[in-house]
Amino acid sequence: MLFCEDSELLERECLGPCLYRFSVRSNNICDNAKPGQFLQIQVDGGLGAFLRRPFSIFDIDRSNGIVDFIFQAKGQGTRLLSKKHVGEHINIIGPLGDGVFSWDGCGNVMIIGGGIGIFPLYLLAKRLPKKHNAFVRLGFRSKDNVVLEDEFREQCHALNIFTDDGTYGLRGSVCRNLDSDLGSDDIDAIFACGPLPMLRSVKEIAARREIPCQVSLEERMGCAIGACMGCAVKFSDTGKPPAYARVCKDGPVFNAADVEF
Amino acid sequence: MDMSVDFAGIKMKNPVMVSSGTFGYGKEFSELFDLNILGGIITKGTSLKPKAGNAPPRICETPGGLLNAIGLQNPGVEYVVEHYLPWLRKFDAAVIVNACGGTVEDCVDVCKILDSADIDGVELNLSCPNVKAGGGALGGDYETVKEVTGRVRRVLSKPLIVKLTPNVSDIASLAKGAEDAGADAVSLVNTFLSMCIDINTRRPILGNNTGGLSGPAIRPIAVRMVYEAAQAVRIPVLGMGGIVNGNDAIEFILAGATAISIGTGNFYDPVCSVNTVNDIESYMEKHGVSRIKDLVGAVILNN
Repeated sequence: MLFCEDSELLERECLGPCLYRFSVRSNNICDNAKPGQFLQIQVDGGLGAFLRRPFSIFDIDRSNGIVDFIFQAKGQGTRLLSKKHVGEHINIIGPLGDGVFSWDGCGNVMIIGGGIGIFPLYLLAKRLPKKHNAFVRLGFRSKDNVVLEDEFREQCHALNIFTDDGTYGLRGSVCRNLDSDLGSDDIDAIFACGPLPMLRSVKEIAARREIPCQVSLEERMGCAIGACMGCAVKFSDTGKPPAYARVCKDGPVFNAADVEF
Repeated sequence: MDMSVDFAGIKMKNPVMVSSGTFGYGKEFSELFDLNILGGIITKGTSLKPKAGNAPPRICETPGGLLNAIGLQNPGVEYVVEHYLPWLRKFDAAVIVNACGGTVEDCVDVCKILDSADIDGVELNLSCPNVKAGGGALGGDYETVKEVTGRVRRVLSKPLIVKLTPNVSDIASLAKGAEDAGADAVSLVNTFLSMCIDINTRRPILGNNTGGLSGPAIRPIAVRMVYEAAQAVRIPVLGMGGIVNGNDAIEFILAGATAISIGTGNFYDPVCSVNTVNDIESYMEKHGVSRIKDLVGAVILNN
């Protein structure tokens, strides 16, 4: 089920530099959203930022009908959105994406997030049955960028924070020692979202160990519902001519081996 | 109030359609609103064989607009006829298939197949700026438009609408070319050939380097071109280019469009077309217009 509706902004929290957590009311989205899905949001209702912006769903509070999404205000559209006041309404299409995180048949899982790519992973960690033992790795640039540590810790079996400059947690990339940890933690599924270089490393390590890996991808979007073919990602090994999937409809979550990024 | 129009022999309950390439084959948008509200639906550009489309990125936002270079990704006409059109036919809205081809022969072959399909008409795409062969290259001047339209006309008995490229200095001559070759209508504008460059990487943002610009940014140019085309021909004009509401639609109708179509506006607001139908009705009520066709070309020029 898909909905397009004006949702009231209930809470607006600044989490860090240019980082905002918005809580909006939508029973429809709460009742239907799955981990990995996203929302397509009209940022100002005017022409200053003509296209909507896609944001992953961060959290769902079903009993109160509240949906949370987190975004970085770095461009014109997201800056306009960040100025919305509590009580205002935001036009939202959602929940979107047929490609969602799936944990059917797996045991221990590794969840890997980098930077603003960590947001779609929270609902996954929360909904994942506890028998799966979720090992979570979150990577940030520096100590000032570290967010949501306590929230993730509550939802997982083990949490490791990495910073590029070593000012907090472990120093280095979120993929540091990933290869050996996958073995020692007996991981048989990986879920990842983050910058493309990070996702490529995760994909490569997963392939080497033959562990199924699901990645959540991002792309510039037009309609976000699967009609315009604007958000293409290339399928792997399709030869010539290539074949493209739609990030919005076939994804945003894909088996890493199925697509080239 | 009478909102119905007869567009190129196609009877529609209102003049509001949705543009090719922005609405797929209707399925996705049907989850968000009742397609029966629309006057007509123009499908995604459909070619003889499946087309993969261009390498990403395929779109980027510009002030009040959108640059795209999708590259006509579609599953091919036979698949469309078998899998998409029967479903789309269930709605009380005209179904028009946008047909495209890399060569004149391809265009003819697609239209041959479409002539026996259960549809109301064909929009022949002589204007896509994002493919190396065909598209705008098949429709850049009077003679070419006339030649291709004529070849298609001979195999197509259904209403034929020719979609013109705006990337020319004399749009009226293109419209005339279509009319002289027997087209039932022309539609315009397709997108304006454009380019965006990322100043940090020094590379064009689109994988295809150039793309077509659409959205409110181009609307005044589109209105002028619709006016010029409507002045030049007797066949009806389908006007489009940056329409996001009823006021925009009325502007095109006054300029000479018998029907209008919403494209990029569907991304801004997926129910934009529904609101446009309602807005037009309110305008008619407010201005005492009993029949929408009385507004077609009713612009009053200064001096």
